Amino acid sequence: MNKILVKRQLSDAVFLMKVSAPLIASERLPGQFIILQLDNDFGERIPLTIADADPAEGSITIIFQTVGKTTRALALKLAGDHIASILGPLGHPTHIEKFGTVVCVGGGIGVAPLHPIAKGMRDAGNRVIAIIGARTRSLVILEDELRAIADELIVVTDDGSYGRRGLVTEPLKELCGRDPKPDLAVAIGPPIMMKACSEATRPFGVHTMVSLNTIMVDGTGMCGGCRVTVGGKTKFVCVDGPEFDGHRVDFDNMMQRLKSYKRQEEEAHHRCRLDAEIASRESPKP
Amino acid sequence: MPPRRGDCEPGVAQTVSHDTPEQLAEAARRELEALRRRDKPLTPRDRRAIPLQDMPSQPADVRRANMAEVALGYSPEQTQVESLRCLQCKTAPCVDGCPVRIDIPGFLKAAADGDFKAAIAIIKRNSLLPAVCGRVCPQESQCQENCTLGKVLKDPAKAVSIGRVERFVADLERDGGHARPPEVKPETGRKVAVIGTGPASITVAADVRREGHHVVMFEAFHKPGGVMIYGIPEFRLPKKIVQAEIDALTAMGVEIHTNFLIGRTRKLQDLLEKDGFDAVFIGTGAGLPKFMEIEGENLVGVFSANEYLTRANLMKAYDKGRADTPIYASRKVAVLGGGNVAMDAARTALRLGAAEVHLVYRRTQAEMPARVEEVAHAGEEGVQFHLLQNAKRIIGDDYGCVKGMACVRYELGEPDASGRRRPVEIKGSEFMMEVDTVIVAIGNESNPLIQRTTQGLKVTPWGTVIVDETGKTSIERVFAGGDIVLGAATVILAMGEGRRAAASINDLLKA
Ligand SMILES: Cc1cc2nc3c(=O)[nH]c(=O)nc-3n(C[C@H](O)[C@H](O)[C@H](O)COP(=O)(O)OP(=O)(O)OC[C@H]3O[C@@H](n4cnc5c(N)ncnc54)[C@H](O)[C@@H]3O)c2cc1C
Ligand code: FES
Repeated sequence: MNKILVKRQLSDAVFLMKVSAPLIASERLPGQFIILQLDNDFGERIPLTIADADPAEGSITIIFQTVGKTTRALALKLAGDHIASILGPLGHPTHIEKFGTVVCVGGGIGVAPLHPIAKGMRDAGNRVIAIIGARTRSLVILEDELRAIADELIVVTDDGSYGRRGLVTEPLKELCGRDPKPDLAVAIGPPIMMKACSEATRPFGVHTMVSLNTIMVDGTGMCGGCRVTVGGKTKFVCVDGPEFDGHRVDFDNMMQRLKSYKRQEEEAHHRCRLDAEIASRESPKP
Repeated sequence: MPPRRGDCEPGVAQTVSHDTPEQLAEAARRELEALRRRDKPLTPRDRRAIPLQDMPSQPADVRRANMAEVALGYSPEQTQVESLRCLQCKTAPCVDGCPVRIDIPGFLKAAADGDFKAAIAIIKRNSLLPAVCGRVCPQESQCQENCTLGKVLKDPAKAVSIGRVERFVADLERDGGHARPPEVKPETGRKVAVIGTGPASITVAADVRREGHHVVMFEAFHKPGGVMIYGIPEFRLPKKIVQAEIDALTAMGVEIHTNFLIGRTRKLQDLLEKDGFDAVFIGTGAGLPKFMEIEGENLVGVFSANEYLTRANLMKAYDKGRADTPIYASRKVAVLGGGNVAMDAARTALRLGAAEVHLVYRRTQAEMPARVEEVAHAGEEGVQFHLLQNAKRIIGDDYGCVKGMACVRYELGEPDASGRRRPVEIKGSEFMMEVDTVIVAIGNESNPLIQRTTQGLKVTPWGTVIVDETGKTSIERVFAGGDIVLGAATVILAMGEGRRAAASINDLLKA
């Protein structure tokens, strides 16, 4: 049982929680994640990146978007409530060293896991350029935090409601075209965005690291449900990753695998909305 | 799919009955009465003539649609009658076949006399998990393989059903609330860490705690029990039986930390150096699924048996509507492999609603490592066996989902190192199987996490931890046992290894 210490809503569907987890807080390094479960009998186990940790306080910070049943239920919890199970820190930490210039690209909720990596890269003496993208202004998160770290910050929105209009790949390409070109790109966000970023940097030969968030069950290498194809070989994201060379990841296969249960989940969500509707009709609001 | 050469429905094991539990109990009652009426003691010839007691089971067409246990267990009279079949031979070859050397003739004699309490007490001298082992031990290749009665009757399937008697007396004790947690000696102030909560670890925890040492168990999953909880399905080993064993540990004062991954949440070395543990036992099992390494294995609809079974068991995906964890909706399933894991996956797929389940195995039925009873049960439930065949390639549709599997046929060639005739591919025998799901159950290797995060821990080229004859690893005060040492093995062997390591740990802490 882990107590929720702080809860904040960052945007429409994005929440931040500080959760008590002293051992994870002291062991974790940037790039690692946890597996979380809300009910030990019937709950599902979902991976979430550790956005930050405070070993002194014994807390970790998670930032999540309400996309499925568990994240929706998590968003309904309040400070003081408990989370049934948290396992971590899992996966390999990000390889951080002095590379030179590092471009950190975050898409949507991917900005959350990107933040500690950008911080680590800066602390290691790199010049950090951050690009953060979102669909629209209200979905931009952690802008101030990244501005404090990065030597340069570029914000883009799909609809142009804030910063530059367009996709993160455009400024990324421009940066790759500079002389000298960046020494490393780190891209974290939706799979399609990481794929596009990897394609954008490929012609420039800029090494690109992506952090994959696949379906997981145990998170310890026991089931293989998280496997992806990297350079023609099968890798388990939970133990071999979560970070891989974006130029070698088979994103199409990964995206297909992410949809394995889509239909079933939609049906369940539909059922649950129907139930809620029926319930609300049956109990008239005061 | 029309049947082809090499396809086969496995023969129904002789000991699986189609009579109702009531009919079987009634027949046993009459048999027992008749035996009691005799004034002379039973001769070996008389014992030989006593009919083998069939295991009452849920009918195949009923059970393939539910998760409840298949075997229903003997009646008290069946237990007595079956125990009377034991010839009580002086040499007791059955004991040599038992990895933990239970006094089998001893407990069978007590059970034959109707003294079930004495029977379970005898078993418990050597085994900590009789209710589990009575259900999942491969008796036919252990105690029952050596049984003199089976030899005399020239049919190993007619050996005394030792496991079924064991199961009955263990269940009776538990369900009657007579099971008492073992006595714990006064606290010694010594502390032992046990990594994992499978049968090896459970045994170590109990044996070490008994001596008054404080025991803390660490489990990566949110529930303790190891493979017995996440892998072996409810219909073969009800969770409440495993839970009872865990409860017994807690009642003894063993502390269990779930959601705790040694190597990540805390390093093994830290347990010894910072957390004040005097000894550590590694019982982390063989939890790394092997894949075929064939084309198409990462398509949507291909699963390791570990994943499929974990979703179904631990995560309760069969309880649709209540469980949040989804399981793939399959119509035609291929399961690759011939062990217990393959049978469990195949039978689970049937229960989850698959219309067809095809089990594809490279060798013949005689070589299948699965328990004979599980193979028979799977056949009865409608699993179709494709022997001497193997998957070559998995084929996907436009959405990256499985739509078929290319297979090849094999024939048996020369014997290999294990003495089994090696299957050789028949050239040009490739054919297609139309399936939407493929479950790979060709074995497990050991999870490398602890080995990788613990300096100085010696392992074999296969990644299993090396121990000496006391169960000690290459690191002082660190012991290991079970699947992490043996490779994927059995519950009883894991328990035996746990016993040995616990004895060594207790010796170490005595000093
Ligand atoms: C589907 C299936 C069916 C089987 N059927 C049979 C059968 O019929 N008969 C039979 O005798 N045997 C059977 N077996 C084999 C048997 O279950 C195993 O041999 C036995 O459970 C091994 O016991 P163990 O204690 O070594 O480890 P396990 O039972 O594997 O337990 C290991 C535990 O350690 C935990 N763990 C791993 N790494 C860490 C870590 N770093 N930190 C903390 N915890 C960790 C795991 O989560 C797991 O719970 C079957 C196995 C499977 C998978
Ligand atoms: S989540 Fe099970 S192996 Fe990675």
